[in-house]
Amino acid sequence: MDADAFDLAIVGAGPAGLSAAIEARAWGLSVALLDEQAAPGGQIYRGVDAASAEARSVLGEDYSAGMELTREFRDSGARHIAGAAVWNVGSDLRIDYLAQGSSHALQARAIVLACGAMERPFPIPGWTLPGVMGAGAAQILYKNAAALPNGPAVLAGCGPLLYLLANQYLQAGVALKAVIDTTRRFDYLRAARHLPGALLGWPDLRKGMRMIANLRRRRVPVYAGAQALAIQGGDHAESIGFIHRGRRLRVDSALILLHQGVVPNTQFSWALRARHRWDESQLCWVPETDEHGQIENTGIYIAGDGRGIVGAKASASQGRLAALAVAAKLGRATPQACRAREQVVRAGLRRQLRIRPLLDALYRPADAHRVPQDDAVVVCRCEEVTAGQVRQYAALGCLGPNQAKTFGRCGMGPCQGRLCGLTVTELIAQARGVPAAEVGYYRIRPPIKPVTLGELAEEN
Amino acid sequence: MHIESVSRRPALFAAQARADASIVTLRFEDQPIRVPAGISVAAALLLHAAAPFRTTPVGAAPRAPYCMMGVCFECLVEIDGRPNRQACLTPVRDGMVIRRQHGASSLPLSRQEEEHGR
Repeated sequence: MDADAFDLAIVGAGPAGLSAAIEARAWGLSVALLDEQAAPGGQIYRGVDAASAEARSVLGEDYSAGMELTREFRDSGARHIAGAAVWNVGSDLRIDYLAQGSSHALQARAIVLACGAMERPFPIPGWTLPGVMGAGAAQILYKNAAALPNGPAVLAGCGPLLYLLANQYLQAGVALKAVIDTTRRFDYLRAARHLPGALLGWPDLRKGMRMIANLRRRRVPVYAGAQALAIQGGDHAESIGFIHRGRRLRVDSALILLHQGVVPNTQFSWALRARHRWDESQLCWVPETDEHGQIENTGIYIAGDGRGIVGAKASASQGRLAALAVAAKLGRATPQACRAREQVVRAGLRRQLRIRPLLDALYRPADAHRVPQDDAVVVCRCEEVTAGQVRQYAALGCLGPNQAKTFGRCGMGPCQGRLCGLTVTELIAQARGVPAAEVGYYRIRPPIKPVTLGELAEEN
Repeated sequence: MHIESVSRRPALFAAQARADASIVTLRFEDQPIRVPAGISVAAALLLHAAAPFRTTPVGAAPRAPYCMMGVCFECLVEIDGRPNRQACLTPVRDGMVIRRQHGASSLPLSRQEEEHGR
């Protein structure tokens, strides 16, 4: 079957994907960018072009900065295939995607995967109850539907996004019932050695410090150093309990917003059988690539948070670097021109990465909130497999996540392991007493998105 | 905007009013709900206190959206007769008919096949 053909196909319309498209177009490549959403922006700049002035003022200037990127993208002449759910990326550089109820294909000479990040799972008692969501999820609700909590909100966990959302809610007039901050004193000590490096990225550091200070200034109850988070409720969340300064406390709320950082979305890199390594500082799997983000000479590049968490600006730089490498590979740019441009982009990237070691050390999620010690905690939400069951599998000789599937369907539900993969990796590693790298991950296979036979039959 | 509730529980979220928003009407569990155009089905249902969106196939546990970006699959509902639709990735459309999904989506399987799938 014939497929539409492009020099470069990009998956994902966040900062990395948009920047890759803009850069590639500047070198004259034909570009198709596929994205699940109707409008460009990814999660970070989601809905930025349609946002009201009020929403833009609540979300802040870092959000509105996305408008420049989406405008440049629109002007670039890249083809935007919106509302497209990519379900297969082949090593033959063919992409299969769903749009308007049927499957389509396109052929590229190179591919940039810019699939970004997702919020790290937060496996604690009660995290499957309705009323419990990610803080990032709540922020998406605001970007997509101008939806704000209907009553006082409770935010719990750690990481820049948690404080950002808290500040945005204050700005929008939402009362915060509590911010339950799991960052402990020794996290600050561990992070301290990264302070000199982070000071070189001073504006980012100052922004973060202001956000935290603002919560205190606005008299938001902040429970710092909270541990042992657990959510109570019958068929809906009712309260969240935690230990604060040695005391067991409980805050009632039907809406509990959890967050403990973001992790790379690695579904495609795993499905492509790329090698991955366990990153000890970010506590997640990251695909192995060359310096341009290419997976072992495949013509498939990864840019942005999908290659390890770097943040929006660095993601944009990585997108440009990947596009440059493709332009050079396809002979559209002379090596000299490429090197000159690359130097400029890399200088920016170095600046953008300065604060990252500090953030990774400071907001390293607590062991107990990643590897539940309570046997009853659901780890695989789809198949309702608990931490205790996974430990049992390990006791019976289960070597890693992929085998856990055959022991009890762990990771085999509709989310394809996205919400349990990291937890199961660490659980089994801990139970076996071996490093995470040794237990491996699920074998991810296409289709990466659910496809019906009807949609395949309609293929055109 | 006035929000009619479809459960006894108050909605967890309310939308900031926008003068320029056009309105579409959906049917959720046979009740009409009016929401701003351009939002996702998951957002629309959250504004109308629709949780739970579904119950799980294994333990019949109630679930509602967790990630809002297409990775957790907790927001699966039936849309216009088709099961397993990701509500957070589906934009609202006037006249859309939405139902909760109880347990596994129904496919005509024999009892033996059902048991094997567990």
